[in-house]
Amino acid sequence: MKFPEDLLYSESHEWLKVGDSTLRDEGGRATIGLTDYAQSQLKDIVYVELPEIGSEFKKGESMGMVESVKTVADVFSPITGKVVETNHTLKDSPQFVNEDPYGKGWIIKMEIKDKGELKELLSFRAYQDFVPKEEE
Amino acid sequence: MGNFARYIPHTPEDIRRMLETIGVKRVEDLFETIPTKYRLSKSMNLPESLGEPDLLRHLQELQPPLCASFLGGGAYHHFIPAVVPYLISRSEFYTAYTPYQPEISQGTLQSIFEYQTLMCQLTGMEVSNGSLYDGASSLAEAVLMAFRITKRKKILLSQAIHPEYRKVIETYIDPDQQEIILIPYRKGDGRTDEKALSDLLDESVNAVVIQSPNFFGVIENLQGIGKEVHQVGGMMIVGFNEAIAYGILAPPGEFEADIVAGEGQSLGIPLSLGGPYLGIFTTRNKHVRTMPGRLVGETVDLEGKRGFVLTLATREQHIRREKATSNICTNEGLCALMATIYLSCLGREGLREVAMMNLSKAEYAKKAISKLKGCRQTFSGSTFNEFVLEIDGDPEKVLGEMKKEKIIGGLPLAKFYPELNRHLLVTVTEMNSKEEIDRWAKVLEKCLERA
Amino acid sequence: MKKRDTGLIQDEPLIFEQGGEGRKGYSLPRWDIEEAEAKNLIPSHLLREDLEGFPQLSEIDVVRHFTRLSQWNYGVDSGFYPLGSCTMKYNPKVNEEIARMSGFANLHPYTPEDLAQGAFRLMYELGDFLAEITGMDDVSLQPAAGAHGELTGIRMVKACLQARGDGRKKVLVPDTAHGTNCSTSTIASYQMVEIKSNENGVISPEKVAEQMDEEVAAIMVTNPNTLGLFEEHLAEIAEIVHRKGGFVYCDGANLNALMGIVKLGDLGVDVIHINLHKTFSTPHGGGGPGAGPVAVKKELAPYLPVPVIEKDRGVYRLNDVRPHSIGKMRAFYGNFGVILKAYAYILSMGSEGLKRASEMAVLNANYLMKRLKDDYHLPYDRPCMHECVFTDRFQEKYHVSTLDIAKRLIDYGYHPPTIYFPLVVKAALMMEPTETESKESLDGFIETMITIAKEAEEDPDLLRQAPQRVKVRRLDEVLAARKPKLKWNPEDR
Repeated sequence: MKFPEDLLYSESHEWLKVGDSTLRDEGGRATIGLTDYAQSQLKDIVYVELPEIGSEFKKGESMGMVESVKTVADVFSPITGKVVETNHTLKDSPQFVNEDPYGKGWIIKMEIKDKGELKELLSFRAYQDFVPKEEE
Repeated sequence: MGNFARYIPHTPEDIRRMLETIGVKRVEDLFETIPTKYRLSKSMNLPESLGEPDLLRHLQELQPPLCASFLGGGAYHHFIPAVVPYLISRSEFYTAYTPYQPEISQGTLQSIFEYQTLMCQLTGMEVSNGSLYDGASSLAEAVLMAFRITKRKKILLSQAIHPEYRKVIETYIDPDQQEIILIPYRKGDGRTDEKALSDLLDESVNAVVIQSPNFFGVIENLQGIGKEVHQVGGMMIVGFNEAIAYGILAPPGEFEADIVAGEGQSLGIPLSLGGPYLGIFTTRNKHVRTMPGRLVGETVDLEGKRGFVLTLATREQHIRREKATSNICTNEGLCALMATIYLSCLGREGLREVAMMNLSKAEYAKKAISKLKGCRQTFSGSTFNEFVLEIDGDPEKVLGEMKKEKIIGGLPLAKFYPELNRHLLVTVTEMNSKEEIDRWAKVLEKCLERA
Repeated sequence: MKKRDTGLIQDEPLIFEQGGEGRKGYSLPRWDIEEAEAKNLIPSHLLREDLEGFPQLSEIDVVRHFTRLSQWNYGVDSGFYPLGSCTMKYNPKVNEEIARMSGFANLHPYTPEDLAQGAFRLMYELGDFLAEITGMDDVSLQPAAGAHGELTGIRMVKACLQARGDGRKKVLVPDTAHGTNCSTSTIASYQMVEIKSNENGVISPEKVAEQMDEEVAAIMVTNPNTLGLFEEHLAEIAEIVHRKGGFVYCDGANLNALMGIVKLGDLGVDVIHINLHKTFSTPHGGGGPGAGPVAVKKELAPYLPVPVIEKDRGVYRLNDVRPHSIGKMRAFYGNFGVILKAYAYILSMGSEGLKRASEMAVLNANYLMKRLKDDYHLPYDRPCMHECVFTDRFQEKYHVSTLDIAKRLIDYGYHPPTIYFPLVVKAALMMEPTETESKESLDGFIETMITIAKEAEEDPDLLRQAPQRVKVRRLDEVLAARKPKLKWNPEDR
């Protein structure tokens, strides 16, 4: 199970990376996706429902849905912000969320409204402790 | 033991051994978790059990008499080929459950896939579900689906839609979220008033709902409505009662309909006092994830062989639970199979021919009464197999006379449309012979002369 | 035609992939009137050019096609069908004969009432029977299925509360509830509040009291619940709910455990739906048609859907002048063809037979439970009603799951039980034998399950590769959901 060190995590299994590598302005934006643990629980993802660009969400609000064959899970916003970009490639290739949850499987990019909220998210160590241990 | 023993195989010896294995003395002990004060001390007040012969005799006596019928209005007397009841009587079809285990339900699943294809072909749309309860609830589900998509308040409902269907839609919607506005029909041709419709179209409109052929049997002019509705961002929903009409009529899919929802009873399903029937529901691919009902999709197995499975189940109640697109679970699976078999028999030529026969018989009936004094066809719009007749006199009296001749001559419209209180809806199908139609016309003539 | 090489399992193509131009499979009444000219009667832009893609088959093509399709299916007549909460009991054949009687099959719903008295009488009598069995006052036979009945019932509760000027917003639903209960609440615009069952698998009055307030319209219970356990505190819970002005809705899917033993109306239930295609033996049809009549206490009777069948001095009539009715849930009166079969079933069983059915259903389930508990983990080791729930916990250490066990059962000729439901149990295997299974039938199933448990330990691959003896194996549901292909297209040719 992967827990990249440079990311922040939510208790509802989303990851957040501050900054947007396609822009020079680093601080105002965040890239968001589902963690490796989340995708392993959902199993094969068949569809990702993305929000409209420009829509705003409060921290903890559902922004979209991820569907596998037998389940549906909300993607909750880890922060308060506005959606500026969504990952269109997931339309034809929803499996990117399974294959590369921290890379190709990114879901949403948001403009951060309140930087203070970032403090409330978990570090990779805290998230690793939070996640139930694998029963193997 | 009584007559019911044939359905319960347990012998006293079986029971004794099973109780012993379980570790209780008597059958009653198995119900110890039920508080004693609620356990029934006397038997239920139900009739004594009947064996098969007595049961059959009782039901035979309850059977209503058969009459020649000119009834329609959402349920139609059509010929059902012998293969339809024969094939659906195969127990692997009718005693099976919902196909949740695809490996042992390929029969059901493939036939639903074929049904879905046929419904798309029939209505000119892109995707169909595996059935809903009936035409009325199907149309109501269409309105709810449109609301999920547009989130708008107003529903423009044609007054020429089957009155019971309109009542079901009223029952289904949440009056806090949606509002129905009726679009009147034109007194001349019996079609929905397009100008009234256009005047009401604005950006608060969720959907326009129109039925063709409509309740009066009149074929609506669907052209142009779709474009207008889409311009304001609303949805066009087309309903129907008589599926056979689409053997010759251009399907709603050709007129930019977003959802087509109607009744499939005409396709090989018996009249059966109004049910079970078949709710047909078709839409465009882009809306597939908001569609209610079961969906069967094609896929492959481990070895690459083609097979079929229930799919996109995440819309449904057993997964989405409170966020489901509908709460439907059991639908009308066997009725959908009847329609599939019926259409397989009739095929391209047959559906067209039976539709033509319906049109022709209705035209013959219209001609038969055209010379009669005291009655006239009410609407000038072209019809399929039903039309409205106005009578100079009391329609109930006329129908009463016809009943004496074992003819049910039509459906009085007064209870549905108070302004049409001297009117009858007359339906003629391929099952009304020329001789029957002549007899009907003759009795009608006699009644009118007497009045 | 492609060469067939799959033995008697038959590889049957789609109807669109066979037949040929000009092949006919139908006949019609003779043309005794002149054929009309469509284009003279109907504007040409409203006429269709063709029915593209429609099949052209002979009668024998059709018969062979669907006969072969049926052979890939499994029904109650094929063998044991232990699906939990589905009550896959035997469907009596005489009832099929009755439904086909031409007087009933050809009866138009708008037939004048005086010509259809027999039909309305039997509907009225069935209503009486169902009220008697459930201990309720009034019945509507209109709903087409259980979920439809649920929606009808909850809508009636809503209408009754609204008539009192009481706009409540919430419905309490136990965590063991069937998915339809949840979706029904939402569709009726209620907010669902989940009540957790206790360690005995039932809902406790304390938990209900915690959540019950004047904002709660109703509690939706299933009794027995989906764990197969009798909700022993229901009467007390009903009192708690009633005291704050709420209603008790009962999902009657599991009624097969209680007929003649206890009346749910006596426990405080205000409204209940009944699944005729479960408890009352009408066939499941591969997904319907069913029927979900709803029975209510007097207080809710004014809200029943219209029309209501009334009896006045021996004459049966339809009454749709009911100002408080919620309206109509479907056109016409109900799934009469299904109602007929349930009526015939109740007449065949009588009160003694129905009670016997419930007793034997409960006996069978307890027998199954006792004989399998050494080999399969039983999360609630308590007497069950008509169904019992196991899990795959004992098999986990061999890396064998509930799914594998289910698929292996197919190789032994059985339809698997319900899997992964109810959700309160991890990896559930829910079995409902029904009373129509004999002891030998159960013993055969038990032996097979025990064998499978051994296989899990000694040769788990047998389970993981299962099923083997079928037409298609482990179909790719991920592909079906990612790239939905929901109909045949002419381009596929």
